[in-house]
Amino acid sequence: MKEVQGILLAGVGGQGILLASDILCRVFMASGLDVKKSEVHGMAQRGGCVTSHVRFGRKVHSPLAKKKDIDILVSFEKMDTLRYLEYVKDEGQVIINMEEIYPPAINLGESPYPEDVTETVRRYFSEVTPIDAKALAARAGNNRAVNTVLLGSLSCFLNCSLLLWRKVLEDSFPEKLIAVNREAFRLGRDAMK
Amino acid sequence: MSGNEAIARGAYECGVRFAAGYPGTPSTEIMEAFAKYPGVYAEWSPNEKVAMEVGIGAALSGAKAMVVMKHVGVNVAADPLFTVSYTGTNGALVIVTADDPSLHSSQNEQDNRHYARFAKIPMLEPADSEEAKTFIQRAFELSEKFDTPVFLRTTTRVSHSKSVVTVANPSTYEDRTSIRFHADKFVMVPMNARKRRVAVEKRMRELQEFADEFPENRIEINRTDIGIITAGISYHYAKDVFPEYSYLKLGMVYPLPVKLIRKFAGQVRKVYVVEELDPFLEEQIRAMGIEATGKEIFPYTGEFDPGIIEEAITGRKSARSIPEIQIPPRPPNLCPGCPHRGLFYVLGKLKVFVTGDIGCYTLSFMKPLEGLHSCICMGASIGMAHGMSKALGEKGRGKVVGVIGDSTFLHSGITPLLDMAYNRSDAVIVICDNRTTAMTGMQEHPATGLTLQGEKATPVDIAALVKSLGIETVRIVDPYDLKDVRAVIKEELIRSGPSVVISRRSCVLFKRDQAARRKPFRIDPVKCIGCRLCLGLGCPPISWKKAASKPFGTTSETKNNRREGIAAIDRNLCAGCGLCAQLCKSKAITEEEGA
Repeated sequence: MKEVQGILLAGVGGQGILLASDILCRVFMASGLDVKKSEVHGMAQRGGCVTSHVRFGRKVHSPLAKKKDIDILVSFEKMDTLRYLEYVKDEGQVIINMEEIYPPAINLGESPYPEDVTETVRRYFSEVTPIDAKALAARAGNNRAVNTVLLGSLSCFLNCSLLLWRKVLEDSFPEKLIAVNREAFRLGRDAMK
Repeated sequence: MSGNEAIARGAYECGVRFAAGYPGTPSTEIMEAFAKYPGVYAEWSPNEKVAMEVGIGAALSGAKAMVVMKHVGVNVAADPLFTVSYTGTNGALVIVTADDPSLHSSQNEQDNRHYARFAKIPMLEPADSEEAKTFIQRAFELSEKFDTPVFLRTTTRVSHSKSVVTVANPSTYEDRTSIRFHADKFVMVPMNARKRRVAVEKRMRELQEFADEFPENRIEINRTDIGIITAGISYHYAKDVFPEYSYLKLGMVYPLPVKLIRKFAGQVRKVYVVEELDPFLEEQIRAMGIEATGKEIFPYTGEFDPGIIEEAITGRKSARSIPEIQIPPRPPNLCPGCPHRGLFYVLGKLKVFVTGDIGCYTLSFMKPLEGLHSCICMGASIGMAHGMSKALGEKGRGKVVGVIGDSTFLHSGITPLLDMAYNRSDAVIVICDNRTTAMTGMQEHPATGLTLQGEKATPVDIAALVKSLGIETVRIVDPYDLKDVRAVIKEELIRSGPSVVISRRSCVLFKRDQAARRKPFRIDPVKCIGCRLCLGLGCPPISWKKAASKPFGTTSETKNNRREGIAAIDRNLCAGCGLCAQLCKSKAITEEEGA
C-alpha cells in the first residue's frame, strides 16, 4: 500500500455523508491503519454542500487532502461532482451518484441543471462510474440508504475485508435497519461489477 | 474520536467533574460529550459570560472547572475573563475557545490567541485529537500549578476532525471543594487588584521560563536548511508536504519559549513561521530579533491546507489541469417546513428594515426571501432596532423590526429589550421561538424545560418575561399562518411604543416536538398558471419547470397556453407546512389525499 491515500465524500446536507465517512473510518481502523477525517458541520445541515475528507495509511498527518491528491471521489449528487474535480488525482476514481438535488438558483428557474455531467467528468478522468444509488436504496427497502449503497460501491476499490465491512455496518445501525443496510451495501457492490 | 470528544474525554480522565458552556460551532460537542460521563455536572448556561462566571465560582471553591465556548463567545465572556486572570483560580479553570478560520459557521474570523496575551493567560493549542486529549490535561495541571486560568484553543479542523485516540482509565476523583475565604485575592477592588496586578506579571515570567521546559514544545531536527515554527493543525499540514524539514512544534502558544526558539533558530538556516490567521507567533519571534519568513508568503485569511503551505514555501503554483466549470452555487437554505420561512416571507414583503441576529433565520437575508437586513452578533438585533428607530424618528415609524431567536433572546436579548421598554422606541421585536437552539443542533436552553443532562427544569415563560420588562403589548402568532402573521405585524408596526410578537412553532427538525408527519402538498399542473408566487418562498421542494419540459404536455389547449412554465413540488422533500397553498391564487396547490 502507498503511504497515504485519500477519499473525498461530497454531496448535500441530509444525504448521510458524515455517517458514511464515520463507517469508512471505522473500517480502516479495524484494518489496523492510521486514519484521519475532516468535515465541516454546522450550517451545512441546511441544504448546503457537505464534504468529508478521509485519509488513511501507515501514518497520517493532515486530515485534509491537498488538490490533486484524492484517490477516490464519491460524489453523492450528480452536478456537485464538478465542484471537487480539482482534488482528484489524474489517475483517480470518480463514483457519481446520478441523483439530482436542486439548489435555489435552479429551483427558481434562474439557471438550468448542468447537462452531460458524466461526459464532462470523463473528459478529465478515465475511471468514472455513474450509479443510481437512490434507486438501489429504494430497492433495498429504504430511500435513505443511499450512503450505504455508495459505501458498497466504494468498497470495491478498497482492500478491506468484507467481513470487517459487515461487522462495522452492523455496529453502526440500530437493529431494525441492519438488514436494509446490508442489502444496500450488497447492491452498491454489485453495481460496480 | 473528534477533537471535541477527545477534550471531553481528557477532562474526564484527569478528574474534571464540572463544566459550563454555551453552544456554538465548532465547540458544541465538547459539552455534549462531557455531559454523558458518569458523575459530572455539566450545564448549558444562558450565555458565555454566565458560563465563565459559573466556572470561576466553581474554581474558587476548589473544583477543577472547564468552560467551553466558540471564539466569539469569549468576547461575551471577556469581562470576567480579564479579572479572573488577577484573582487566580484556587482550584483549576480551563477555558476552551474553538476558533473558526474560514468562517465555516461564524460571523467573523477573529484569532483568539490575542486574548491570551491581552488577558495574560497561558494558552495551549493541540494539533489533533490525541493532543486535544493530552493538552486539556496539561492545561488543568498548569492551572493548578501556577494558580491561573488557562486557555485551550482549538480550530474547526481540530475540533471536527477525527483521528485515533488512546483512552486511559480515569484517575480516581478526589473532591477538593470547600468554602474558602481569601478577600485579598478574591475581592478585586483597586487596593487588592494593584497587588494582584504585580502577581500576574510575576506569574507570566515564571510561565515563560516553564515554557522552555514544557515537553509539548518540541524540536524535531531533520534537514537543517529549513526550519518551520508552527502550532496546531498547521503542524500536520506542513509535515504532510515537508516531512524532511526541521520543526519547532509549539504546544504552548503563549507565553512563548524564548530560549527554545533561539536555540532552534540557531540550528537551522532559514526559519518559516507557519500559522493560520494573524502573525501572532511571527511578530513575537521577530521581536526577539530572529529573522523569520511568515505572512509575506502565507495568507492572513482563511484556513490552510497542505497545498497552501506547499505553494507558499516552494513558490510553485500547482498546475491546474481542469478549467473552472461554472455550476450554480449551493448555499445553505432553510429546511422544508421551517417555521422561519413564513415569518420572513411576510417581513420581506413589508418593506421594513429588519435587524437580524444569529440563528438559522439569518439565512433569510438571501434571495428570494430577503427578509433580514443586518447581522452583527448574538443579541444585537434588539439594541440595533431600538437605536435605528430612535435615530430615524418619525421617518422610522412602522419601518423597523428586530428579530431574534428564543435561545438568542435568552442569551443576550433581555437587557436590550429592557432598554427598549425603558427608553421607549417604536420598533417591533419578533422573537422566533422554535423551542430549541436549532442552528447548533437542538440544544436545550432555559425555556425548553430540560437541562443539558436531561433533567427537568422550570421553563421560563418568554411572554411573561417580556411583559415584566415593561413591554405592554405581547402577541403570539403561528408562522404557518401567513395571513395572521402579516396582520399582527402590521398592527404592531402602526402602534406607537415598543411591542413584541412571538412567532411560535417548533423547529421542523426537532423530533421531540413533532406531531404526526404532515401530508405533502402537490401542484395541479393544469390549474397552475405559472405565476411563480410560490417560488418566492424559496422552499427546497418547489421548483420551476420550463414549459418545454412540461411533464404532462396536455395543457396547450387551455387558457394557460401562454404560461412560460409551471411549478412543481417534490413530494419526498415536502414537509407539508402549506405556506405555498396559502399563497396560490389559482388554488392549484392542495394537500395530497390519503398520503
